[in-house]
Amino acid sequence: MRDVDARGLSCPEPALMAMDAIRDSAGETVRVLVSSATAKVNVEEIARRNGRAVETTREGDDYVLVIS
Amino acid sequence: MEILNSKKGLLVSGLVIGALIAVLAAAGNPANMAICAACFIRDVAGSLKLHTAAPVQYFRPEIVGFVVGSFLIAVATREYRSTAGSSPMTRFILGFVMMIGALVFLGCPLRMVIRMSAGDLNAWVGLVGLVAGVATGSIFLRKGFSLGREQDTNRAAGTVLPVALAILLVLSVTTALFAASETGPGSAHAPVLVSLVVALVIGAVAQKMRLCFVGGIRNVFLMRDATLLLPIVAIFVVMLVYNLATGGFKLGFEGQPIAHAQHLWNILGMYAVGFAGTLAGGCPLRQMVLAGQGSCDASVTFLGMLIGAAFAHNFNLAGAAATVATAEKAATAGGPSNAGQVVLVAGIVVLFVIAATNLRRRKAAAGVAPTAPAVPAEAQA
Repeated sequence: MRDVDARGLSCPEPALMAMDAIRDSAGETVRVLVSSATAKVNVEEIARRNGRAVETTREGDDYVLVIS
Repeated sequence: MEILNSKKGLLVSGLVIGALIAVLAAAGNPANMAICAACFIRDVAGSLKLHTAAPVQYFRPEIVGFVVGSFLIAVATREYRSTAGSSPMTRFILGFVMMIGALVFLGCPLRMVIRMSAGDLNAWVGLVGLVAGVATGSIFLRKGFSLGREQDTNRAAGTVLPVALAILLVLSVTTALFAASETGPGSAHAPVLVSLVVALVIGAVAQKMRLCFVGGIRNVFLMRDATLLLPIVAIFVVMLVYNLATGGFKLGFEGQPIAHAQHLWNILGMYAVGFAGTLAGGCPLRQMVLAGQGSCDASVTFLGMLIGAAFAHNFNLAGAAATVATAEKAATAGGPSNAGQVVLVAGIVVLFVIAATNLRRRKAAAGVAPTAPAVPAEAQA
Protein backbone atom coordinates (compact mmCIF):
# COMPACT_ATOMS: atom_id res chain seq x y z
CA MET A 1 0.00 0.00 0.00
CA ARG A 2 1.35 3.38 -1.03
CA ASP A 3 0.32 6.36 1.06
CA VAL A 4 0.00 9.82 -0.43
CA ASP A 5 -0.73 12.69 1.94
CA ALA A 6 -1.99 15.56 -0.18
CA ARG A 7 -3.90 17.34 2.57
CA GLY A 8 -3.73 21.11 2.59
CA LEU A 9 -2.18 21.39 -0.86
CA SER A 10 -3.56 23.68 -3.57
CA CYS A 11 -5.01 22.56 -6.90
CA PRO A 12 -3.71 20.67 -8.83
CA GLU A 13 -1.02 19.28 -6.53
CA PRO A 14 -3.15 16.48 -5.01
CA ALA A 15 -4.11 15.29 -8.49
CA LEU A 16 -0.49 15.42 -9.69
CA MET A 17 0.69 13.47 -6.64
CA ALA A 18 -2.02 10.87 -7.17
CA MET A 19 -1.15 10.64 -10.86
CA ASP A 20 2.53 10.02 -10.09
CA ALA A 21 1.71 7.50 -7.36
CA ILE A 22 -0.66 5.53 -9.61
CA ARG A 23 1.89 5.49 -12.40
CA ASP A 24 4.64 4.24 -10.09
CA SER A 25 2.43 1.79 -8.17
CA ALA A 26 2.55 -1.07 -10.69
CA GLY A 27 -0.97 -2.11 -9.70
CA GLU A 28 -0.34 -1.78 -5.98
CA THR A 29 -3.11 -0.16 -3.90
CA VAL A 30 -2.65 3.59 -3.42
CA ARG A 31 -4.22 5.43 -0.50
CA VAL A 32 -4.59 9.17 -0.98
CA LEU A 33 -5.54 11.63 1.76
CA VAL A 34 -7.01 14.95 0.70
CA SER A 35 -8.63 17.77 2.65
CA SER A 36 -11.08 19.30 0.18
CA ALA A 37 -13.98 18.10 -1.94
CA THR A 38 -12.35 19.60 -5.04
CA ALA A 39 -9.20 17.54 -4.53
CA LYS A 40 -11.34 14.49 -3.83
CA VAL A 41 -13.21 14.79 -7.16
CA ASN A 42 -9.98 15.49 -9.04
CA VAL A 43 -8.22 12.43 -7.60
CA GLU A 44 -11.26 10.22 -8.22
CA GLU A 45 -11.19 11.31 -11.86
CA ILE A 46 -7.48 10.56 -12.15
CA ALA A 47 -8.07 7.06 -10.76
CA ARG A 48 -10.95 6.34 -13.13
CA ARG A 49 -9.07 7.67 -16.14
CA ASN A 50 -6.26 5.27 -15.27
CA GLY A 51 -8.73 2.38 -15.19
CA ARG A 52 -8.48 1.94 -11.42
CA ALA A 53 -11.28 1.40 -8.92
CA VAL A 54 -11.60 4.01 -6.20
CA GLU A 55 -13.39 3.94 -2.87
CA THR A 56 -13.80 7.18 -0.94
CA THR A 57 -14.61 7.61 2.73
CA ARG A 58 -14.76 10.71 4.86
CA GLU A 59 -12.61 10.90 7.98
CA GLY A 60 -13.39 14.01 9.99
CA ASP A 61 -13.04 16.85 7.51
CA ASP A 62 -10.64 14.85 5.32
CA TYR A 63 -11.25 12.33 2.56
CA VAL A 64 -9.48 9.00 2.20
CA LEU A 65 -9.38 7.55 -1.30
CA VAL A 66 -8.31 3.95 -1.72
CA ILE A 67 -7.30 3.31 -5.32
CA SER A 68 -7.02 -0.36 -6.22
CA MET B 1 -24.07 17.35 -5.88
CA GLU B 2 -21.76 14.69 -7.40
CA ILE B 3 -23.83 14.95 -10.57
CA LEU B 4 -22.54 18.50 -11.13
CA ASN B 5 -19.04 17.14 -11.67
CA SER B 6 -20.03 14.64 -14.34
CA LYS B 7 -19.48 15.78 -17.93
CA LYS B 8 -23.19 16.37 -18.36
CA GLY B 9 -23.36 18.20 -15.05
CA LEU B 10 -20.45 20.46 -15.96
CA LEU B 11 -22.05 21.24 -19.31
CA VAL B 12 -25.48 21.99 -17.83
CA SER B 13 -23.92 24.09 -15.04
CA GLY B 14 -22.03 26.08 -17.67
CA LEU B 15 -25.24 26.66 -19.62
CA VAL B 16 -27.02 27.84 -16.44
CA ILE B 17 -24.17 30.18 -15.54
CA GLY B 18 -24.11 31.46 -19.12
CA ALA B 19 -27.84 32.18 -18.92
CA LEU B 20 -27.36 33.99 -15.59
CA ILE B 21 -24.60 36.11 -17.14
CA ALA B 22 -27.00 36.98 -19.96
CA VAL B 23 -29.55 38.06 -17.33
CA LEU B 24 -27.01 40.50 -15.88
CA ALA B 25 -26.17 41.81 -19.36
CA ALA B 26 -29.86 42.39 -20.07
CA ALA B 27 -30.42 43.93 -16.63
CA GLY B 28 -27.87 46.71 -17.11
CA ASN B 29 -24.29 45.57 -16.51
CA PRO B 30 -21.75 47.12 -18.94
CA ALA B 31 -21.51 45.88 -22.51
CA ASN B 32 -19.30 42.79 -22.83
CA MET B 33 -18.76 43.02 -19.07
CA ALA B 34 -21.83 41.33 -17.64
CA ILE B 35 -19.47 39.68 -15.18
CA CYS B 36 -15.80 40.37 -14.72
CA ALA B 37 -14.13 39.33 -11.50
CA ALA B 38 -11.21 41.70 -12.02
CA CYS B 39 -13.20 44.73 -13.21
CA PHE B 40 -15.75 44.30 -10.45
CA ILE B 41 -13.09 44.05 -7.74
CA ARG B 42 -11.60 47.23 -9.27
CA ASP B 43 -15.02 48.92 -9.08
CA VAL B 44 -15.32 47.84 -5.43
CA ALA B 45 -11.84 49.25 -4.74
CA GLY B 46 -13.04 52.50 -6.30
CA SER B 47 -16.26 52.57 -4.31
CA LEU B 48 -14.21 52.15 -1.12
CA LYS B 49 -12.05 55.06 -2.35
CA LEU B 50 -8.93 52.94 -2.44
CA HIS B 51 -8.60 54.63 -5.83
CA THR B 52 -10.42 57.66 -7.19
CA ALA B 53 -10.84 56.92 -10.90
CA ALA B 54 -14.34 58.35 -11.25
CA PRO B 55 -15.66 56.08 -14.05
CA VAL B 56 -14.88 52.83 -12.21
CA GLN B 57 -16.37 53.19 -8.75
CA TYR B 58 -19.33 51.06 -7.71
CA PHE B 59 -19.80 48.55 -4.92
CA ARG B 60 -20.58 45.53 -7.10
CA PRO B 61 -22.95 43.15 -5.31
CA GLU B 62 -21.66 40.38 -7.58
CA ILE B 63 -18.37 40.25 -5.66
CA VAL B 64 -20.27 39.76 -2.41
CA GLY B 65 -22.50 37.17 -4.07
CA PHE B 66 -19.63 35.02 -5.36
CA VAL B 67 -17.96 34.81 -1.94
CA VAL B 68 -21.12 34.53 0.16
CA GLY B 69 -22.80 32.09 -2.27
CA SER B 70 -19.79 29.81 -2.00
CA PHE B 71 -19.73 30.25 1.79
CA LEU B 72 -23.41 29.37 2.26
CA ILE B 73 -23.35 26.27 0.06
CA ALA B 74 -20.08 25.11 1.64
CA VAL B 75 -21.59 25.42 5.13
CA ALA B 76 -24.81 23.69 4.02
CA THR B 77 -22.94 20.76 2.49
CA ARG B 78 -20.27 20.42 5.23
CA GLU B 79 -17.46 21.58 2.96
CA TYR B 80 -16.73 24.80 4.82
CA ARG B 81 -13.25 24.52 6.35
CA SER B 82 -11.32 27.41 7.80
CA THR B 83 -7.72 27.05 6.67
CA ALA B 84 -4.63 29.25 6.42
CA GLY B 85 -0.86 29.24 6.24
CA SER B 86 0.05 28.35 2.66
CA SER B 87 2.47 31.20 1.86
CA PRO B 88 -0.08 33.99 2.39
CA MET B 89 2.18 36.91 1.46
CA THR B 90 3.29 35.16 -1.73
CA ARG B 91 -0.38 34.70 -2.58
CA PHE B 92 -0.94 38.41 -1.93
CA ILE B 93 1.68 39.19 -4.57
CA LEU B 94 0.15 36.65 -6.97
CA GLY B 95 -3.23 38.34 -6.52
CA PHE B 96 -1.66 41.75 -7.05
CA VAL B 97 0.11 40.75 -10.29
CA MET B 98 -2.97 38.86 -11.50
CA MET B 99 -4.98 42.07 -11.13
CA ILE B 100 -2.40 44.26 -12.88
CA GLY B 101 -2.37 41.81 -15.79
CA ALA B 102 -6.16 41.65 -15.94
CA LEU B 103 -6.52 45.43 -15.88
CA VAL B 104 -3.90 45.94 -18.59
CA PHE B 105 -5.92 43.53 -20.76
CA LEU B 106 -9.21 44.91 -19.37
CA GLY B 107 -10.82 41.78 -18.00
CA CYS B 108 -10.46 38.55 -16.08
CA PRO B 109 -10.57 35.24 -17.99
CA LEU B 110 -14.38 35.17 -17.62
CA ARG B 111 -14.76 38.58 -19.23
CA MET B 112 -12.28 37.44 -21.88
CA VAL B 113 -14.70 34.62 -22.78
CA ILE B 114 -17.63 37.07 -22.78
CA ARG B 115 -15.69 39.44 -25.03
CA MET B 116 -14.77 36.54 -27.32
CA SER B 117 -18.45 35.64 -27.61
CA ALA B 118 -19.23 39.21 -28.69
CA GLY B 119 -16.76 39.03 -31.58
CA ASP B 120 -14.00 41.05 -29.88
CA LEU B 121 -10.89 39.68 -31.59
CA ASN B 122 -8.67 41.41 -29.01
CA ALA B 123 -9.98 38.89 -26.49
CA TRP B 124 -8.94 36.03 -28.79
CA VAL B 125 -5.47 37.61 -28.80
CA GLY B 126 -5.66 37.71 -24.99
CA LEU B 127 -6.51 34.00 -24.99
CA VAL B 128 -3.12 33.30 -26.58
CA GLY B 129 -1.47 35.04 -23.63
CA LEU B 130 -3.66 33.25 -21.08
CA VAL B 131 -2.85 29.83 -22.52
CA ALA B 132 0.87 30.66 -22.63
CA GLY B 133 0.75 31.86 -19.00
CA VAL B 134 -1.02 28.72 -17.83
CA ALA B 135 1.48 26.61 -19.79
CA THR B 136 4.38 28.39 -18.07
CA GLY B 137 2.81 27.86 -14.65
CA SER B 138 2.15 24.22 -15.49
CA ILE B 139 5.81 23.64 -16.30
CA PHE B 140 6.75 24.87 -12.82
CA LEU B 141 3.97 22.76 -11.22
CA ARG B 142 5.36 19.73 -13.03
CA LYS B 143 8.80 20.59 -11.67
CA GLY B 144 7.39 20.55 -8.12
CA PHE B 145 6.18 24.11 -7.53
CA SER B 146 4.19 24.34 -4.30
CA LEU B 147 3.21 27.11 -1.92
CA GLY B 148 3.05 24.56 0.89
CA ARG B 149 0.21 23.13 2.93
CA GLU B 150 -2.59 25.15 4.42
CA GLN B 151 -3.49 24.20 7.99
CA ASP B 152 -6.78 24.15 9.85
CA THR B 153 -7.26 27.36 11.78
CA ASN B 154 -9.82 28.97 14.06
CA ARG B 155 -13.21 28.23 12.51
CA ALA B 156 -14.24 31.87 12.60
CA ALA B 157 -11.23 33.03 10.55
CA GLY B 158 -12.67 31.75 7.29
CA THR B 159 -15.88 33.73 7.83
CA VAL B 160 -14.10 37.10 7.95
CA LEU B 161 -14.19 37.88 4.22
CA PRO B 162 -17.79 36.74 3.54
CA VAL B 163 -19.05 38.57 6.64
CA ALA B 164 -17.04 41.72 5.92
CA LEU B 165 -18.28 41.84 2.33
CA ALA B 166 -21.88 41.30 3.46
CA ILE B 167 -21.59 44.20 5.95
CA LEU B 168 -20.06 46.44 3.29
CA LEU B 169 -22.92 45.56 0.93
CA VAL B 170 -25.48 46.56 3.54
CA LEU B 171 -23.62 49.85 4.03
CA SER B 172 -23.45 50.46 0.29
CA VAL B 173 -27.21 49.98 -0.07
CA THR B 174 -28.32 51.85 3.04
CA THR B 175 -25.87 54.76 3.13
CA ALA B 176 -24.08 57.14 0.76
CA LEU B 177 -20.69 56.28 2.27
CA PHE B 178 -19.21 54.77 -0.86
CA ALA B 179 -18.37 56.41 -4.16
CA ALA B 180 -20.51 55.55 -7.20
CA SER B 181 -19.67 56.45 -10.79
CA GLU B 182 -22.02 58.77 -12.65
CA THR B 183 -20.54 57.97 -16.06
CA GLY B 184 -18.40 55.14 -17.45
CA PRO B 185 -18.47 51.40 -16.73
CA GLY B 186 -19.10 51.92 -13.00
CA SER B 187 -22.38 53.68 -13.72
CA ALA B 188 -23.74 50.75 -15.72
CA HIS B 189 -25.15 48.11 -13.45
CA ALA B 190 -28.06 45.78 -12.94
CA PRO B 191 -30.38 46.38 -9.95
CA VAL B 192 -28.67 45.40 -6.68
CA LEU B 193 -31.01 42.51 -5.92
CA VAL B 194 -30.64 40.99 -9.40
CA SER B 195 -26.84 41.26 -9.21
CA LEU B 196 -26.75 39.74 -5.75
CA VAL B 197 -29.10 36.83 -6.40
CA VAL B 198 -27.42 35.90 -9.69
CA ALA B 199 -23.97 36.04 -8.10
CA LEU B 200 -25.08 34.01 -5.07
CA VAL B 201 -26.25 31.25 -7.41
CA ILE B 202 -23.07 31.42 -9.50
CA GLY B 203 -20.90 31.37 -6.36
CA ALA B 204 -22.77 28.34 -5.06
CA VAL B 205 -22.71 26.44 -8.35
CA ALA B 206 -19.04 27.28 -8.93
CA GLN B 207 -18.18 25.97 -5.45
CA LYS B 208 -19.78 22.65 -6.32
CA MET B 209 -18.49 22.14 -9.85
CA ARG B 210 -14.86 23.37 -9.82
CA LEU B 211 -15.45 26.17 -12.34
CA CYS B 212 -12.02 27.66 -13.00
CA PHE B 213 -10.88 29.41 -16.14
CA VAL B 214 -7.24 28.75 -15.36
CA GLY B 215 -7.81 25.19 -14.11
CA GLY B 216 -9.65 24.21 -17.29
CA ILE B 217 -6.64 25.04 -19.45
CA ARG B 218 -4.11 23.81 -16.87
CA ASN B 219 -5.66 20.33 -16.77
CA VAL B 220 -5.23 20.06 -20.53
CA PHE B 221 -1.49 20.63 -20.15
CA LEU B 222 -0.93 18.63 -16.98
CA MET B 223 -3.40 15.77 -17.32
CA ARG B 224 -4.46 15.76 -20.96
CA ASP B 225 -7.97 16.27 -19.61
CA ALA B 226 -10.30 18.83 -21.20
CA THR B 227 -13.31 18.09 -18.95
CA LEU B 228 -13.13 21.39 -17.07
CA LEU B 229 -13.26 23.28 -20.37
CA LEU B 230 -16.85 22.09 -20.86
CA PRO B 231 -18.54 24.74 -18.65
CA ILE B 232 -16.35 27.45 -20.20
CA VAL B 233 -17.36 26.42 -23.72
CA ALA B 234 -21.00 26.32 -22.55
CA ILE B 235 -20.76 29.90 -21.21
CA PHE B 236 -19.20 31.00 -24.51
CA VAL B 237 -21.98 29.39 -26.55
CA VAL B 238 -24.80 30.87 -24.43
CA MET B 239 -23.29 34.36 -24.60
CA LEU B 240 -22.64 33.99 -28.34
CA VAL B 241 -26.32 33.19 -28.86
CA TYR B 242 -27.30 36.09 -26.58
CA ASN B 243 -25.04 38.55 -28.42
CA LEU B 244 -26.25 37.39 -31.83
CA ALA B 245 -29.87 37.64 -30.71
CA THR B 246 -29.52 41.11 -29.19
CA GLY B 247 -27.26 42.65 -31.83
CA GLY B 248 -24.28 42.78 -29.48
CA PHE B 249 -22.07 40.66 -31.76
CA LYS B 250 -19.55 42.66 -33.73
CA LEU B 251 -16.54 40.91 -35.21
CA GLY B 252 -13.32 42.91 -35.24
CA PHE B 253 -10.48 44.54 -33.34
CA GLU B 254 -11.68 48.13 -33.42
CA GLY B 255 -14.64 49.78 -31.74
CA GLN B 256 -15.13 47.09 -29.11
CA PRO B 257 -16.60 48.27 -25.79
CA ILE B 258 -14.07 48.79 -22.97
CA ALA B 259 -11.18 47.22 -24.88
CA HIS B 260 -8.03 48.16 -26.75
CA ALA B 261 -6.16 46.62 -29.66
CA GLN B 262 -2.60 46.78 -28.30
CA HIS B 263 -1.92 43.14 -29.09
CA LEU B 264 1.37 42.76 -27.23
CA TRP B 265 -0.14 44.15 -24.04
CA ASN B 266 -3.30 42.11 -24.36
CA ILE B 267 -1.12 39.02 -24.63
CA LEU B 268 1.23 39.96 -21.78
CA GLY B 269 -1.67 41.03 -19.53
CA MET B 270 -3.41 37.71 -19.86
CA TYR B 271 -0.07 35.89 -19.71
CA ALA B 272 0.38 37.34 -16.20
CA VAL B 273 -3.16 36.29 -15.24
CA GLY B 274 -2.62 32.74 -16.51
CA PHE B 275 0.81 32.36 -14.91
CA ALA B 276 -0.18 33.90 -11.54
CA GLY B 277 -3.51 32.05 -11.50
CA THR B 278 -1.81 28.72 -12.10
CA LEU B 279 0.68 29.35 -9.27
CA ALA B 280 -2.14 30.51 -6.94
CA GLY B 281 -4.35 27.51 -7.73
CA GLY B 282 -7.08 29.30 -9.66
CA CYS B 283 -8.43 32.25 -11.62
CA PRO B 284 -9.78 35.39 -9.88
CA LEU B 285 -13.33 33.97 -9.71
CA ARG B 286 -12.04 30.69 -8.28
CA GLN B 287 -10.08 32.60 -5.61
CA MET B 288 -13.34 34.17 -4.41
CA VAL B 289 -15.06 30.78 -4.33
CA LEU B 290 -12.15 29.29 -2.33
CA ALA B 291 -12.25 32.26 0.03
CA GLY B 292 -15.96 31.64 0.57
CA GLN B 293 -15.43 28.01 1.54
CA GLY B 294 -13.02 29.08 4.27
CA SER B 295 -9.58 29.51 2.71
CA CYS B 296 -7.91 32.45 4.41
CA ASP B 297 -5.08 32.09 1.88
CA ALA B 298 -7.53 32.72 -0.97
CA SER B 299 -8.87 35.68 1.04
CA VAL B 300 -5.35 37.07 1.10
CA THR B 301 -5.15 36.56 -2.67
CA PHE B 302 -8.41 38.52 -2.90
CA LEU B 303 -6.86 41.34 -0.86
CA GLY B 304 -3.87 41.28 -3.22
CA MET B 305 -6.28 41.72 -6.13
CA LEU B 306 -8.12 44.53 -4.33
CA ILE B 307 -4.92 46.43 -3.58
CA GLY B 308 -3.58 45.65 -7.07
CA ALA B 309 -6.70 47.28 -8.52
CA ALA B 310 -6.16 50.34 -6.34
CA PHE B 311 -2.54 50.62 -7.50
CA ALA B 312 -3.58 50.09 -11.11
CA HIS B 313 -5.77 53.18 -11.05
CA ASN B 314 -3.88 55.34 -8.55
CA PHE B 315 -0.72 55.04 -10.64
CA ASN B 316 -2.34 54.82 -14.07
CA LEU B 317 -1.15 51.26 -14.74
CA ALA B 318 -4.39 49.89 -16.16
CA GLY B 319 -4.99 49.71 -19.88
CA ALA B 320 -7.11 52.56 -21.24
CA ALA B 321 -10.02 51.62 -23.45
CA ALA B 322 -9.68 52.75 -27.06
CA THR B 323 -12.01 55.61 -27.99
CA VAL B 324 -13.47 56.72 -31.28
CA ALA B 325 -13.12 60.28 -32.54
CA THR B 326 -15.78 62.77 -31.48
CA ALA B 327 -16.35 66.43 -32.35
CA GLU B 328 -14.19 67.43 -29.40
CA LYS B 329 -11.58 64.67 -29.22
CA ALA B 330 -9.48 62.64 -31.63
CA ALA B 331 -9.64 58.85 -31.51
CA THR B 332 -7.27 57.13 -29.07
CA ALA B 333 -5.71 53.69 -29.40
CA GLY B 334 -5.88 52.98 -25.68
CA GLY B 335 -3.69 50.40 -23.95
CA PRO B 336 -1.43 50.68 -20.92
CA SER B 337 0.74 53.72 -20.12
CA ASN B 338 4.53 53.37 -20.01
CA ALA B 339 4.26 52.91 -16.27
CA GLY B 340 1.69 50.17 -16.77
CA GLN B 341 3.96 48.41 -19.26
CA VAL B 342 6.96 48.57 -16.92
CA VAL B 343 5.00 47.33 -13.90
CA LEU B 344 3.41 44.49 -15.86
CA VAL B 345 6.77 43.26 -17.16
CA ALA B 346 8.24 43.61 -13.65
CA GLY B 347 5.26 41.66 -12.32
CA ILE B 348 5.91 38.84 -14.78
CA VAL B 349 9.56 38.77 -13.67
CA VAL B 350 8.34 38.50 -10.06
CA LEU B 351 6.16 35.54 -11.08
CA PHE B 352 9.23 33.75 -12.44
CA VAL B 353 11.10 34.48 -9.21
CA ILE B 354 8.18 33.12 -7.12
CA ALA B 355 7.89 30.06 -9.37
CA ALA B 356 11.62 29.31 -9.24
CA THR B 357 12.01 29.83 -5.50
CA ASN B 358 9.11 27.60 -4.44
CA LEU B 359 10.12 24.33 -6.07
CA ARG B 360 9.79 21.45 -3.65
CA ARG B 361 10.40 17.77 -4.06
CA ARG B 362 6.78 16.72 -4.18
CA LYS B 363 7.50 13.32 -5.65
CA ALA B 364 9.71 12.33 -2.75
CA ALA B 365 7.00 13.34 -0.32
CA ALA B 366 4.33 11.38 -2.17
CA GLY B 367 5.57 7.94 -1.23
CA VAL B 368 5.93 8.49 2.49
CA ALA B 369 3.79 10.04 5.16
CA PRO B 370 4.94 13.61 5.74
CA THR B 371 6.54 14.56 9.01
CA ALA B 372 4.12 17.43 9.57
CA PRO B 373 0.56 16.38 8.70
CA ALA B 374 -1.82 19.18 7.76
CA VAL B 375 -4.28 18.10 10.41
CA PRO B 376 -3.20 16.68 13.75
CA ALA B 377 -4.64 13.20 14.35
CA GLU B 378 -6.56 14.33 17.42
CA ALA B 379 -8.29 17.08 15.42
CA GLN B 380 -9.81 14.49 13.09
CA ALA B 381 -11.77 12.70 15.80
